[in-house]
Amino acid sequence: MSAHRLPERALEHTSMSEPTGGRLVVVGNGMVGQRLVEALREHDTDRRWQVTVLSEEPRRAYDRVALSSYFDGATATELDLVEPGCYETPGYALHLDEAVTGIDRAARTVTTSRHRVFGYDALVLATGSAPFVPPVPGRDLPGCFVYRTLEDLDAIRAAAKQAATRTRGRRAGLVIGGGLLGLEAARALRLLGLSPHVVELGPRLMPLQVDEGGGAVLRALIEDLGVTVHLSTSVAALSREHDGGMLATLADGAELDVDLVVFSAGVRPRDQLARDTDLAIGQRGGVLVDDGCVTSDSAIFAVGECACVGGRVHGLVAPGYAMAEVLADRLLGGTASFTGADTSTKLKLMGVDVASFGDALAATPGALEVTVTNPVRRSYAKLVVSDDATTVLGGVLVGDASKYAGLRPLVGRALPGDPVAMIAPVGDGAGAGAGALPADAQVCSCHAVTKDTITAAIADRDLSDVAGIKACTRAGTGCGSCVPLLRTLLAESGVAVGTALCEHFDHTRAELFAFARVEGIATFTDLIQRHGRGRGCDLCKPVVASILASLDHGHILDGEQAALQDSNDHVLANIQRNGTYSVVPRVPGGEITPAKLIAIGEVARDFGLYTKITGGQRIDLLGARIEQLPAIWRRLVEAGFESGHAYGKALRTVKSCVGSTWCRYGVQDSVSLAIELELRYRGIRSPHKIKAGVSGCARECAEAQSKDIGVIATEHGWNLYVGGNGGFRPRHADLLLTDVDTATLVRTIDRFIMFYIRTADRLQRTAGWVESLSAGGVDGLAYLRSVLVDDALGIAAELDAAMARHVERYQDEWAAVLADPQRLRRFASFVNAPDLPDPSVAFVTERGQPRPVPLPVPVPAPVRRAGTVAALEVIR
Amino acid sequence: MTRRADMAASPATPPPGTPATAGVWTAVCRYTDLVPERGAAALIGDMQVAIFRTFDGRLYALDNRDPFTGVHVLARGIVGSRGEAPTVASPLHKQVFDLRTGACLDDPRVTVIIYPVRDRDGTVEVWTPSG
Ligand code: SRM
Ligand SMILES: Cc1cc2nc3c(=O)[nH]c(=O)nc-3n(C[C@H](O)[C@H](O)[C@H](O)COP(=O)(O)OP(=O)(O)OC[C@H]3O[C@@H](n4cnc5c(N)ncnc54)[C@H](O)[C@@H]3O)c2cc1C
Ligand code: SF4
Ligand code: FES
Repeated sequence: MSAHRLPERALEHTSMSEPTGGRLVVVGNGMVGQRLVEALREHDTDRRWQVTVLSEEPRRAYDRVALSSYFDGATATELDLVEPGCYETPGYALHLDEAVTGIDRAARTVTTSRHRVFGYDALVLATGSAPFVPPVPGRDLPGCFVYRTLEDLDAIRAAAKQAATRTRGRRAGLVIGGGLLGLEAARALRLLGLSPHVVELGPRLMPLQVDEGGGAVLRALIEDLGVTVHLSTSVAALSREHDGGMLATLADGAELDVDLVVFSAGVRPRDQLARDTDLAIGQRGGVLVDDGCVTSDSAIFAVGECACVGGRVHGLVAPGYAMAEVLADRLLGGTASFTGADTSTKLKLMGVDVASFGDALAATPGALEVTVTNPVRRSYAKLVVSDDATTVLGGVLVGDASKYAGLRPLVGRALPGDPVAMIAPVGDGAGAGAGALPADAQVCSCHAVTKDTITAAIADRDLSDVAGIKACTRAGTGCGSCVPLLRTLLAESGVAVGTALCEHFDHTRAELFAFARVEGIATFTDLIQRHGRGRGCDLCKPVVASILASLDHGHILDGEQAALQDSNDHVLANIQRNGTYSVVPRVPGGEITPAKLIAIGEVARDFGLYTKITGGQRIDLLGARIEQLPAIWRRLVEAGFESGHAYGKALRTVKSCVGSTWCRYGVQDSVSLAIELELRYRGIRSPHKIKAGVSGCARECAEAQSKDIGVIATEHGWNLYVGGNGGFRPRHADLLLTDVDTATLVRTIDRFIMFYIRTADRLQRTAGWVESLSAGGVDGLAYLRSVLVDDALGIAAELDAAMARHVERYQDEWAAVLADPQRLRRFASFVNAPDLPDPSVAFVTERGQPRPVPLPVPVPAPVRRAGTVAALEVIR
Repeated sequence: MTRRADMAASPATPPPGTPATAGVWTAVCRYTDLVPERGAAALIGDMQVAIFRTFDGRLYALDNRDPFTGVHVLARGIVGSRGEAPTVASPLHKQVFDLRTGACLDDPRVTVIIYPVRDRDGTVEVWTPSG
């Protein structure tokens, strides 16, 4: 089929005027097509258009930019992009799984794969692009994939799962193409437990975004993470092995044994429909449109990745969104035009930051480049400025992109200061804050939101948080890279972010920790007299109790400290709904001898306790009355048990799988490591509970990636993950270290825990803490690595010493209580009848075990308020 | 072995300001048995009373029953202050009560009963209505 080629920018329309109402047919329900529909729905208040959307994919528009998060646990529903109610709007219809197969321009109709015909007054092509698969022999074999849709990802996942059942050596995957998407695909393979290889034809990774210097740092960082990079070569042939694996032969003769192959060698605009109906096509493909998104037929439009505008096809979503807004305006009679869009990108791969903005490759004639390379922190930064050094043109950041949010909006604007200082690593000089930005600078490039729009929204609508800005302006709801800047704008607008712990202290937990540590404060009274007011409360007292315990001021039930403890810690047990307690002995790593199992069973039987296996691989004994606790613990301590700290903001469990000792897949002894870690960190007091897990191989039976500290065995050592969480807001842990030996692993965990204890907020799990480290333009994970591994803050020795002290001075809290009559006195039911069971507590039997008698749910009745003793009225 | 309430109850004149209900002062423990800034439960007949000794040496007594859950646990809460008010927070769901009045500071509809309490020569006595 011959495509009718016109000189670009010289579009002549074959019909006279553009339509302004009637039947609008949109081909494709991708990110841009959907954006167009939503812009129309918002602005077409008179409902001039009836909109019909035809989608080849079986599901409605989803966030393709965040596609990879599908492998991090995001669900298809979470990626859905369609605003609620969109296609319930009268006049708006979406047909899924129905591709357009042909256009009849004369009749103004389209035909679909379901053999239906739709008439149009205006037709929009929003067909996106298709992955380019180079003509490598073997590219059609099973085991070869592309990376564009959720279905592609499902297929890759299934193949990786299949690969895991093969018993051949190390499971590996090959990614063809070392660009942005290729590296995302490599990361995905890694998450699926495959060792990734990346083959790139060019001389560096991400050749379109990153220059030579940045490419070198990027390669080193990526290789550190276990990805094997092959540059300046290509794949010559692929073949299928008899065992189900594949053999890839590279142009340089190397052979790679892999389980699957992902093609990620660029994309091509899907312009076939346009070609078939003789619309003008750009020189390198793409449906040719003018700056109003009109094709050579004035009743047909094209937006997004399938369009060629100003001679260019844009492969990013921001330009597509801009086109969608332009076209919506045009369809409603407006005159908006597309003037180009920001092609900046920032991504984080396996914790490695890469950002490129503006004229990153210094293509502008005479452009000057200022670079800062920090081989120790493995970071590279470049700022491109105009030949007279007055204007910022662009830049590249690798390894540490914390400056991105502040620098990107400066593109095309006056250089605000010394360029070296602007790109020097955090802490080494003044960065470009939001204050340095001109009012009309674009802060959010995904949604083209300027600084003044945001500051106006903050002021006019009284916004006090990022969520509010997102709701009112859409800024921050795309790639999210501008969120740190939004926070800065809030702060600069004078929105006070409350940090006071409670009415007694104006400080955060971290500040109080610092006071106590630096000033050597050992009591609550001293701390509140110096830094607070009043007598404390249920918020600050347990915090201070935890701080004093972390700083090793003796047994938690000693002296004044006892009174500070949260009500559970005060009796070293967890209160239950009927006022009784649970008892959870420590079972390190979940490993327990038959004798100990029997001992637990006997204690439970003798004291009439309910028993249950917990989610943390140990046994909970429930229904113990307060006065029974010491007797129960005496028996347990005799049987060799100690406190499991289920009641404390402390280390809970280190969950473990059976590992290499028994499991046929295990590559390291996960049980021994889990026990070692649990014994090392037992009893440590922290801002919130800490959970850990150790898996013996990538199958991850211990669910380590959902723990605060997760360790997964590799053939070469251990991978360390941090910041995972189940609970209210589940979060997968981030990979901090790869393939390290046990000593390095333990040292890094020591520092991680101690740094967390020092700096986290009250009741902040490590997940929230790790995320909070990313505030203010800093990449949290890179920062954490620099502190824990490279000792960027110079505190590693102190953290190590603090942990050594903890390990050395650990004592079992329960054994210590049993040895001390003074401490035992608190375990009385009544001061005047210490051993009398609370007569109001009763049990019934269910499935052979006791359970609390359900109490009638008390409705707090409006009781007459007694202001003074004189007004006292006794109601029984 | 379980000991019964071992402090004797003695009939007494109600303290100044108490309602004209008949009642008795019951000795429950020694003042020094109480830990500063914590509570202890006492059983008086079938009534459970939570007694608190605050940092300044004062005594307070409330009904031990947490009105939100119906469980007798207020004595095991954390003692502190809110503004001027000395307080206890229920150990179950942390609602805060004014020790002086029994008023719940987090839910104005709820108040727990308070009892007169005193230190007589090192013995703590609680006044409860009789009959
Ligand atoms: C006993 C147990 C349930 C069971 O029968 O399996 C349990 C029971 C309680 N959990 Fe849990 N959790 C138990 C495993 C878990 C798990 C699973 C795990 O650890 O693998 C989770 C999700 C993982 C995580 O923490 O990230 C879990 C997430 C929570 C949360 C939410 C934490 C969060 O960050 O969102 C709370 C509430 C809190 O701590 O603020 C909670 C709080 C509680 C408390 C302490 C609630 C309370 O204050 O009374 C429960 C009383 C425990 C007791 O013994 O009296 N429990 N809880 C499990 C004890 C494990 C152990 O051996 O120590
Ligand atoms: C893994 C991945 C990561 C990415 N990361 C980024 C990023 O970080 N930043 C960024 O800016 N961009 C990123 N992109 C690119 C971004 O997703 C695209 O720019 C954006 O999706 C383009 O939107 P679109 O609507 O033009 O095309 P698409 O989203 O591809 O939508 C086109 C739709 O049209 C359908 N279609 C095609 N032909 C027909 C037909 N004949 N009939 C009916 N339907 C048809 C297709 O099936 C598809 O659903 C990424 C892309 C991928 C795959
Ligand atoms: S995680 Fe542990 S139990 Fe699971 S397969 Fe691997 S070694 Fe075996
Ligand atoms: S820049 Fe992507 S969300 Fe703002």
